[in-house]
Amino acid sequence: MSLHAQVRIARDGFELDVDVTVFPGETVAVLGPNGAGKTTLLKALAGLVPLQGHVELDGEVFDDTATARHVPTEERRVGLVFQDHVLFPHMTALQNVAFGLGRGGEKVAMAWLERAGLGDKANARPAQLSGGQAQRVALLRTMATQPRLLLLDEPLSALDVTVRAEVRRELARQLAEFKGIRIIVTHDPLEAIALADRLVVLENGRVVQSGRPEEVTARPRSRFVADLAGVNLLRGRGRNDHVEVGPAGASLATPDAGEGDVFAVIHPRAVALYLTKPDGTPRNVWRGRAEELDMLGERVRVRLSGPVPLVAEVTPSAVKDLHLASGAEVWVAVKATEISVYRA
Amino acid sequence: MTQARIPGPLIALAAAGLLLFLLPLAGLVVRAPWDQLGGELTAPETLTALELSIFCSLTATAVALVLGVPLALLLSKTTGTVRGLLRAVTTLPMVLPPVVGGVALLLAFGRKGLIGAPLNDAFGIQIPFTTSAAVIAETFVAMPFLVIAVEGGLRSLDPRYEQAARALGASGWRVFARVTLPLLRPAIFSGAVLCWARALGEFGATITFAGNLPGTTQTVPLAVYVALETKPQGAIVLSLILLAVSLAVLVGMHDRWLGEP
Amino acid sequence: MLRWLAVVAAGVVVACGSAPANGNAKAPSSVVVFAAASLQPPFDRIAAQLRTRDDIATTFNYAGTQTLTSQLTQGAQADVFASADTAHMTAAQQAGLLAGGSQLFAHNRLEIAVAKGNPKGIRSLADLARPGLVVVLADPAVPAGKYALQALAKAGVSVRPKSLELQVTAVLSKVALGEADAGIVYVSDVVTSGQVDGIAIPDGQNVIADYPIAQLQSAEHKEAAKEFIDFVVSPDGQSILKTAGFETA
Repeated sequence: MSLHAQVRIARDGFELDVDVTVFPGETVAVLGPNGAGKTTLLKALAGLVPLQGHVELDGEVFDDTATARHVPTEERRVGLVFQDHVLFPHMTALQNVAFGLGRGGEKVAMAWLERAGLGDKANARPAQLSGGQAQRVALLRTMATQPRLLLLDEPLSALDVTVRAEVRRELARQLAEFKGIRIIVTHDPLEAIALADRLVVLENGRVVQSGRPEEVTARPRSRFVADLAGVNLLRGRGRNDHVEVGPAGASLATPDAGEGDVFAVIHPRAVALYLTKPDGTPRNVWRGRAEELDMLGERVRVRLSGPVPLVAEVTPSAVKDLHLASGAEVWVAVKATEISVYRA
Repeated sequence: MTQARIPGPLIALAAAGLLLFLLPLAGLVVRAPWDQLGGELTAPETLTALELSIFCSLTATAVALVLGVPLALLLSKTTGTVRGLLRAVTTLPMVLPPVVGGVALLLAFGRKGLIGAPLNDAFGIQIPFTTSAAVIAETFVAMPFLVIAVEGGLRSLDPRYEQAARALGASGWRVFARVTLPLLRPAIFSGAVLCWARALGEFGATITFAGNLPGTTQTVPLAVYVALETKPQGAIVLSLILLAVSLAVLVGMHDRWLGEP
Repeated sequence: MLRWLAVVAAGVVVACGSAPANGNAKAPSSVVVFAAASLQPPFDRIAAQLRTRDDIATTFNYAGTQTLTSQLTQGAQADVFASADTAHMTAAQQAGLLAGGSQLFAHNRLEIAVAKGNPKGIRSLADLARPGLVVVLADPAVPAGKYALQALAKAGVSVRPKSLELQVTAVLSKVALGEADAGIVYVSDVVTSGQVDGIAIPDGQNVIADYPIAQLQSAEHKEAAKEFIDFVVSPDGQSILKTAGFETA
C-alpha cells in the first residue's frame, strides 16, 4: 500500500522534479526553504495541480501522462490538512467534521470529536474556537474520512508556540494510529524530526537530500540542511537530573530533565574538545572519536562518534592545535547547563 | 485609541459630496404637495405604475441571480484574453447609454430582430411592447452590477476552501452549493440590491424596447416623465414614493448581510 | 500653462472683434430655439440658410412640445419657442414666458404611417382596430397624441395601442424599424422620413395642428430671435416648410 510518485511540474518559471516513494507506516516530512515547491508537491499529490509524470497509490494510478489519466481530487480519498485549519466558517465544528462523511455522518463525527475531548465544542463555529482547537478539528475532519494518503501542509506553523506542543502531541498520536501513508510538509526542523521517520529535503524544486533525520542532519549537503543541522537533537528518557540518550543509553547530566520521553538539544558550539581528559566543571565528559570534519565558512564542524554522537563546532586553529583529523580520538565535554531538555 | 484626524480640506470636500446627495432629496421632500399626497397616492395610475415597477424590478433581479451567479463563476475561473473578452461583454451594458441598449435589444428581439424574427415567423411571439420586454430591458442594464459584485466576491474567496472540500470528497456541484455559495452570500446580496436598484430606475432601454403603456410597460420612471409635463404634482408624489421604497430597502439592509463585521 | 491660456484668450478676442469678410459691420450672432420635434427637418434647413445669409448660428433644442414647455416653465434659457399646438403656447403666455404675442407659421395634418409597401393593407383609421395589428401612438400629453385620439374619436374607431411614445418621431421610428405595423404621425414626419409610406386621413376625420412661434421674454439675443422668426414666416422659410410636408400659414 505504498505511494510512488514521479512529479514534474513546470510553470511560471518554476520547475518541480521530484521522485518519491513512501511506504505504509512511514511518516515522511518534506522539508525545505520557502519557495522550494513543498506545497506544490502536496497539491500535486492531492490532484489539485496538473503534472507530468506518474502517481500511483496502492496500485491505483492517480496520474499518468503516458495514458493521459488523471483522477480528480474528490475521487482520490486523500486527506489534506492546511496550516490554518481552513474550516468552513459557516458550519459548526460538528458539521465540518461530518462534511466528508455520508448519511449518518454526524453521529460518527460526534464520536471523533468526543474521542479527542472536543465534544463540548461540537456546535461552536470555527471563529469561536481557539487556534489549537480549530486545527485539531481540521485534523479530525480529515481523519474521519479515513483517507489512504494523509497530506499535512505545515500543520503546526500557524499556532502559538505554547499551543504547538500540545497539538503536536495529538498529531503524533493520530499519526501513530493512522494506517495509511503520511506526508508532512514543514519548514520547522524540530517538527520534522519530532514527527517523521524520514526526511525529504526539497530545494528549488528538487530533492537534495533524503534519509533518516539523524542522517540528514549529520551530513548537510546544502545551506538549508546545514542551518537545519545547527543543533544536535537527541531523543532520550529523562531521569530528573540526567537524560539517557544514544545507542547505549549513555547518561547526560542535565538540569531539570523531568521524567519521560524528552528531547535534548546541544548546540555544536557548546561541545568542547580536549586532547586530554579535562578536569573542570563540565559534568559531561567522555571519550569520543572525530569521524569527519567539514569546513563551513570560518568554522569547522566535527562529527563525533562515541557514547553520545554529536556534532561539534570549533575554529580551524583549534583543529590544528588538537591535530584533529578523521579518526582522531578526543575528549568531549559538554556543560550540563548547555543542554536544554524538553518533553517530547 | 484615537484615530488619525481627517484633514480639513478633505472634510470640506466630503461635506460637499454629501450635500450633492442630500439637497435634491431635500428638495423633493420639501416641495412635495403633502396635502395632495393622499389623493395622488391612491390614484389608479400611481398604484399601477408602482405595482408594475416592483414586479418588473424584482423579476429582473431574480433572472439576474439565476443567470448572473453562474456567469460570475465562469468569469472567475477563466484567465487571460478569454476572461478579458468575457468581462468586456458582461460589463458593456453598464457603459452603454440605456437608449442604445434599448435599440440593441430591438435589433435582437424585435419583430425584425436576430432572434425576434424567427420567433415571430414560427410562433407568432412578439416581445416588444410587453411586460416581458420591460423585464428584459431592466435585466440587460442591471445584471452587470450583480455579475461584477459576485465575481469580486469569488476572486477574494480563499481557494483553499474549495480545495479542502474536494479533498474531503465533494463533487463540483456539492462544493458550489455547500461551500462556495454560502461563503458568497454577502457579495450576492449586495450585488442583488445594486441590481434591483438599477432595474427599478431604468428608463431609456425600457421606453425604447418595451414602449410606454400604463399597466403593461409604464414603470414609475416613465410615469414620472409623462406626469412631469401634465401633472407635475403627481410626478413629485411618484418620485417620493420611489424614494421611500428605495430608502426603506437600503436602510433595512443590515451591514451584517453585506459582510461587514 | 498660463502663457498658453493667454495666447488662446487673445486669439479669441481678435477673432470676435474682426469684421466679417462681406464688409457688413454686423458681428456674427447666435440664437437658441426650442422647437417641437416634428419641426426638426425644416428648421435645420432654415438654420443653414440663416448661417450663410446672416451669419447667425442657431442652437436647437428639439423635443416633445410638452417637454419644452415644462423646461421653459422651470426656467430654461432660450430665445424662440416654436410649439406644435396653440394650447402649449397659450400656457407659456399665461406663465409670462413670451416677450409679446405669438404667430402661426405653419399647419400640419395627421397621417397614418405604415411600412413601405403597406404590407398589411391599411387604408383607413378603421383598419387600425384590426385585431392582431400592432399600433403605436404618441402619448396624449404630446400634441400629436392628443390629435390622434381626436381623429380616432371623429372616425368612431377604438384602438388599443401597444405603446404611447413620448415624441411623435418615436412613433415614426417604431414603424420604420418594423416593430409597429402602423402609427399616427404628422404628414411632415412621413415626408421627411422617406422610410415609411403614408395613408391619408380624410379631412372629415383629420385634425389640423396649428404651429405658433414666439420670442421669449428671457431672450438674450433679441435681434437674432427676431431675424429667425422673420425668416420662418417669410416666403423662403414657408417654402422650406412646404417642402418638408407642412402646410403654410
